[in-house]
Amino acid sequence: MKRLRGFIIKEFYHIFRDYRTMVILFGLPVVQVLLFGFVLTNEVKDANIAVLDKSKDAETMNIINKLTSSGYFMLNAVLESEDEVEGVFQEGKVKQVVIFEENFAKTLKNEGRARIQLLADASDPNTAQTLVNYTTAVVNTYLAEKAKSEGKQLLIDVVPKMLYNPAMEASYMFVPGVIAIVLMLISSMITSISIAREKELGTMEVLLVSPLRAGQIIIGKVVPYVFLSFLIAATILLVGRFVFGVPINGPLGLLLAESLLFILLALSLGILVSTVSKTQQTAMLISLFALLLPTILLSGLIFPIENMPLLLQYISHAIPAKYFVIILKNIMIKGTGLESVWFETIVLGGITLFFILLSVLNFKKRLE
Amino acid sequence: MSEREIVIRVRNLVKKFGNFTANDNLCFDVYKGEVFGFLGANGAGKTTAIRILCGLMAPTSGEISVAGFDIYRETEKIKRHIGYMSQKFSLYEDLTVYENIRFYGGIYGLRRKEIAKRADALLVRLGFSEVRNSLIKSLPLGWKQKLAFSIAILHRPDIVFLDEPTGGVDPITRRQFWDMIYESASEGLTVFVTTHYMDEAEYCDRVSIMADGRIEALDTPLNLIKYYNASTMDEVFVKIARPVQQL
Amino acid sequence: MRTIGFFIQKEFLQIFRNRSMLPMIFMVPIIQLLVLTYAVTYEMKGIRIHISDADFSSTSGQLTGKFTGSPFFVVTSTGTTHEEAEQALHLGKADMALNIPEGFERGIMRSESPQVELLYNAVNANVAGLSSAYTSSLIADFQGNMIADLMGGMQGSIIPVADITYSYWYNQEMDYKLFMAPGILVMLVTSIGLFLTGMNIVREKEMGTIEQINVTPVKKYQFIVGKLSPFLIIGLGELAFGMLIARLMFGVPFMGSIWLIFLFAALYMLVLLGMGLIISTLTNTQQQAMLLSWFFLVIFIMMSGLFTPVESMPDWAQWIDRFNPLTYFIRVIRLVMLKGSGWDEVKDQFYIIGAYGVVMISVAVMRYRKVG
Repeated sequence: MKRLRGFIIKEFYHIFRDYRTMVILFGLPVVQVLLFGFVLTNEVKDANIAVLDKSKDAETMNIINKLTSSGYFMLNAVLESEDEVEGVFQEGKVKQVVIFEENFAKTLKNEGRARIQLLADASDPNTAQTLVNYTTAVVNTYLAEKAKSEGKQLLIDVVPKMLYNPAMEASYMFVPGVIAIVLMLISSMITSISIAREKELGTMEVLLVSPLRAGQIIIGKVVPYVFLSFLIAATILLVGRFVFGVPINGPLGLLLAESLLFILLALSLGILVSTVSKTQQTAMLISLFALLLPTILLSGLIFPIENMPLLLQYISHAIPAKYFVIILKNIMIKGTGLESVWFETIVLGGITLFFILLSVLNFKKRLE
Repeated sequence: MSEREIVIRVRNLVKKFGNFTANDNLCFDVYKGEVFGFLGANGAGKTTAIRILCGLMAPTSGEISVAGFDIYRETEKIKRHIGYMSQKFSLYEDLTVYENIRFYGGIYGLRRKEIAKRADALLVRLGFSEVRNSLIKSLPLGWKQKLAFSIAILHRPDIVFLDEPTGGVDPITRRQFWDMIYESASEGLTVFVTTHYMDEAEYCDRVSIMADGRIEALDTPLNLIKYYNASTMDEVFVKIARPVQQL
Repeated sequence: MRTIGFFIQKEFLQIFRNRSMLPMIFMVPIIQLLVLTYAVTYEMKGIRIHISDADFSSTSGQLTGKFTGSPFFVVTSTGTTHEEAEQALHLGKADMALNIPEGFERGIMRSESPQVELLYNAVNANVAGLSSAYTSSLIADFQGNMIADLMGGMQGSIIPVADITYSYWYNQEMDYKLFMAPGILVMLVTSIGLFLTGMNIVREKEMGTIEQINVTPVKKYQFIVGKLSPFLIIGLGELAFGMLIARLMFGVPFMGSIWLIFLFAALYMLVLLGMGLIISTLTNTQQQAMLLSWFFLVIFIMMSGLFTPVESMPDWAQWIDRFNPLTYFIRVIRLVMLKGSGWDEVKDQFYIIGAYGVVMISVAVMRYRKVG
């Protein structure tokens, strides 16, 4: 036990003395949280639009005003004919052109229906679709309110409710995801690289001929990183809570326990990677391409899994982070307890056991 | 001896790293065609001095000329006239023997035809013709060392600097390595070699012994043995280096 | 020139001899291009909706019919109460829920504006916002129909509606892959370029061969040109290969001039290689070089507009983005490939990236020292 403690302390020294790595270890999560929080957003705001108003009456002026004051759109150009559309699109700034038909107000009044044509630059389909939808919503709201103010009855009264996230903060989505990514990164990538480094430097041999047992070597390597990962997870939770206001509605103890489970899983993956790679470079590449990228892409963090091709959806079932993200979202935001995440917890536990078993077997094989 | 042409001239060379003085006021000359041994315990400042002479590091102060060129102003000219073999192994492990020769020949500005000619001669002389297309990493260390030396003098420099060239090599290979050094020296090449094998020191024409950043002795091995009243260079070295190390 | 030739020859030999490097340079990016392009999609097909209808009337049927008939919604469960609707969201079985109370039809007939409840799971604010926008147009549509059908006689209370039609230019099928493939290609070329150069020189440092080169009369510029041109060539080759795959696999159009793209790519690679070189002067081990490149790469990629539009980012982020080379390349490749923009439309980006390249390479050359 004493030997093991000495060994663990040595590992701590290794990690904390390499200040460049430390800066990256703690800097990366913070930068990522901030990046995801502030930068990665699909929210449409101040999108440049152009207007081709063939009517130029009070009604079209009102609609244009509504559009620009909605915060979604900014008027970039006023066009005189359809021939100019291609030009503004090719410059790349204008994302949508709004065309009002001639005699818009008159037609609207007399026939109850008037035409607006939207041309969207769908080279970015997502933005195009969002812009078209938002424009439609702004125009509809405007007409409905106008009718109301003129004493006309609304047919139905729609009451929308945004559950769990009434302010519609994007951070509710990404904070759990970033925790998953960063824990995966630190726990598996850094562990595997650190073990591969000992192999490269030949110090692993020294450890192997020492009286330490294989299990002890693995524990010694892993304990500092469990500690580090926990610290980092806590940091992100705090940043999420106090910078972005993401709540922790469920039981905190359960949240931490689930985090620990995921850290163990990631560490066992890291050890597994290190048993199959001889150099730091290989360990790095395997972690990066086989662990990190799939975690980012297929965990449902940024891109909704439901919309992916079936094959990728199947693959996503094998991505541990996916289950962890579900657990985090349920506990933190929906405030549910173990009753809603028991299945995911069992899956994570099973995967962890499997990887630990596999890496111990692998490690032993190398000893023989 | 003094009529011989001086190829390395060092006066008051000082190199400091912060408060630490690695080279303290070194003064010496090296003559054309001699094998000059540069001895000292680990950390005595040998490698620093050799790196300064090769232009890999700038000195703090001192007047130094190598191959007739000033070390401050004409570093790049010096580089045409010297060869260097470092203690860290310096051939590309993932290239073949011939590819290494071609690359280093090429960056010294040799033409492809000339490289091919010299490479053939070199491989025949070393008896390496069969391994011409083998990767460096597949060769034993002694072979690599010999090859590294041959490549360091492929462009026919005036002076070659060898920084502990025989580290980790078996005695027989070391002997062969020194034969190569003598052969080259007899053709007019000046050899500046650092080592901590004292038997190798006895092969040198003259040796200087460094301790704690200073040159404590400089003469032919025979004179040094006589002067220090010793029977081998090993004893000389112990007498010079030990008092300092005990401090 | 001859010296540089020897350098380039040596670099290529080393790259092609390294068995773990080759797949990294050629296989991994291609697989990524294929997988990523499919994975990275915001395409909204199938917002999962729960419908609670306590009215069971033909009018409520018409409203729910709007949702069942829309390709954007998939009805995953039905019920009659508000509680059921909320439960469906709580268990994660639906993204949104529609709750029509009893007396809905009667309310409409009597012009009492009956309430209809819409619940959204707003954990993903993005999806919730878009769902709500879709829903709003469905409801507007429903109102329009109702007015025409039921209330033909009640002229006075007609609510005017805008008849909004739309067309999607450059990508009528709204195929997200067309948009993503060129951007992902840029990302891959960037990561390869940055990683390879950053690590390459550090590797020579670690092995000690850089010393050997520093004692030779090789000039700084020869060394740097010799080191960088192989990666420039590999980068451009990779781009060409990737574009071919994007064309064959995803049918990405080449509306504009390919030469314009390659010219831009060449300038862009200069920026990248300069950065790689600077990273290699800042670090001593391959591990540090990798982590540092990775760090910058993540930031560059996230902020580049590859995944989310630059215009949506806060002002400070957009300001930082002026120094993000990826932003320029992604913009240009999309403009030229998808929309057929020509020199006039993209010349500003060319000037910027050209100047950027000159600055990066100069800094790199200044920082690289033969003498320690």
